[in-house]
Amino acid sequence: MPIVKDLSSYKNVWVFAEQRQGKIMPVSIELLGEGRKLATETGSELCAILLGYNTEDMAKELIAYGADKVYVADNALLENFTTDAYTKVISDAIYEVKPEIVLMGATHIGRDLAPRVAARVDTGLTADCTQLEIDPEDKKILQTRPAFGGNIMATIVCQGHRPQMSTVRPGVMSKAEMDESRKGEVIALDIKLAKEDVRTEVVEIVKEAKELVSLTDADVIVAGGKGLGKAEGFELLKQLADKMGGVVGASRATVDEGWIDHSHQVGQTGTTVKPTIYIACGISGAIQHIAGMQSSDIIIAINKNASAPIFDVADYGIVGDLYEVVPKLMEALDKGEDLVNALKTA
Amino acid sequence: MKVIVCVKQVPDTNEVKIDPVKGTLIREGVPSILNPDDANALEGALALKDKYDDVNVTVLTMGPPQAEDMLRECLAMGADDAIHLSGREFAGGDTWATSNAIAAAINKMGDYDIIFAGRQAIDGDTAQVGPQIAERLGISQVTYVQNFEIDGNELKIQRQLEDGYEVINAKTPILLTAIKELGEPRYMTVKGIYDSFREKEIKVWGFDHLGIENDQVGLKASPTRVHKSFVPQPKGQGVMLEGSVQEMTEKLVVALKQKHLI
Repeated sequence: MPIVKDLSSYKNVWVFAEQRQGKIMPVSIELLGEGRKLATETGSELCAILLGYNTEDMAKELIAYGADKVYVADNALLENFTTDAYTKVISDAIYEVKPEIVLMGATHIGRDLAPRVAARVDTGLTADCTQLEIDPEDKKILQTRPAFGGNIMATIVCQGHRPQMSTVRPGVMSKAEMDESRKGEVIALDIKLAKEDVRTEVVEIVKEAKELVSLTDADVIVAGGKGLGKAEGFELLKQLADKMGGVVGASRATVDEGWIDHSHQVGQTGTTVKPTIYIACGISGAIQHIAGMQSSDIIIAINKNASAPIFDVADYGIVGDLYEVVPKLMEALDKGEDLVNALKTA
Repeated sequence: MKVIVCVKQVPDTNEVKIDPVKGTLIREGVPSILNPDDANALEGALALKDKYDDVNVTVLTMGPPQAEDMLRECLAMGADDAIHLSGREFAGGDTWATSNAIAAAINKMGDYDIIFAGRQAIDGDTAQVGPQIAERLGISQVTYVQNFEIDGNELKIQRQLEDGYEVINAKTPILLTAIKELGEPRYMTVKGIYDSFREKEIKVWGFDHLGIENDQVGLKASPTRVHKSFVPQPKGQGVMLEGSVQEMTEKLVVALKQKHLI
């Protein structure tokens, strides 16, 4: 059994500031927003831990986004993420400084790193949380996450072990506001890392899909499902998306069919999105898909089948053939103002 | 080359439904399957076996007695041996305790070059057990593996990122977690199914086999606990638009305009 520790010596909320090629990932800004809330409720400080090379500007940015302290490990060996180097540096820092809560983004990097760190420092880890709260009674963090493909939500607590660690799904929490006038402290970590400690070597980073960033940032997403019937259907959705200043999303089924790249996939195993408008075209609404888009402000469903579960989460539903509805919708958008004016004068 | 594949039997969450009246999970009649990412992991191992003569593939699972069916499936696909960790001591473990038990079993097995696991299981969705096994064994890991080549003890691995992939050089021993892109799992063959029952043996290991303390596994070794679980609330009823296609789309645009969303 992992050793039960003296819990009272663990203090403050830490956010792992994930950087790639010298840029802080958006999820880290979301975690600073969420972490500030948790720090306020537990009466503690919000700290960021930043690993990289030439990190000065990034550390300033983290302070502007609300970090009271930024623990920095700046070393050429930390320029790119490797499991070995990042685990060692973060675990050493946890042993040394003893944070109470450690949050990481549930990215491909965070999901590699967090379990490794949790195993090394012998603590519990909750994966892919979508909601974090502080228990008003004992100040423990209540970590809520979907399981069984999003069919069930489970709230997890970490009993006698510290830190309490969570990875948090990107796109779920609200970003911290930037304020350049904020003050904070930058603390250099003592790095005990040798080249031999790092057993894997990143030799190349290949960027393939450019759409992904825009999928999480987009205000409008026009997503297609199996109901498109063919890969070409996405061209029609692209026209609608272009007209509305949005991007194209997709269900897992269409990705599995090879109609569109995985980077467009919305859902449990794809990207979680919360745009202002989400238009689901020919998507039946499996729970795995809904898990990734249900916090969109407005959901519009277009489906032939009136009993499709997507209509249960839709704010507006249109029963019809998307190949008829989408072109008409584009026409209606062109006439937008006229339609509203006509209504006023009527 | 000794290859171990960690596999899990899971309920097919695509088939799990919510009881609309009671708001509970309906698991009756839901088939248990080999976790999809684990099937990709096994395929990665079997592809090595196709390519090189000296590869031995052992599948390892921890789970209740019925997990044997899944191990037979793995053997029928082409795995050489199967080990089934089974015992009530293991029940209720979180990822800390699960990885501890599995790592102890792997230590007991001894020699290995590559350990494969799936990226995540579709029931828990944590993606933690693979990396935690690697940590306990003190070996390196690469997760989200979409492709790899091996030359002696050196690997060149493509690791999937959200917006592309990275190329990683590494050495054995190593733990790799597989994603779908690693390979479409092969079907069982009729001969394979026959051999899986007649020619191949499943070793069942109980807790006593592992030589670890019983506070190292199962519920009591788990740092995390489920505080409560609940079914997500469906959103309130939206508006179903009516009329001809033209009328419906025009009503929609007007509604969005009036809410100043477009």
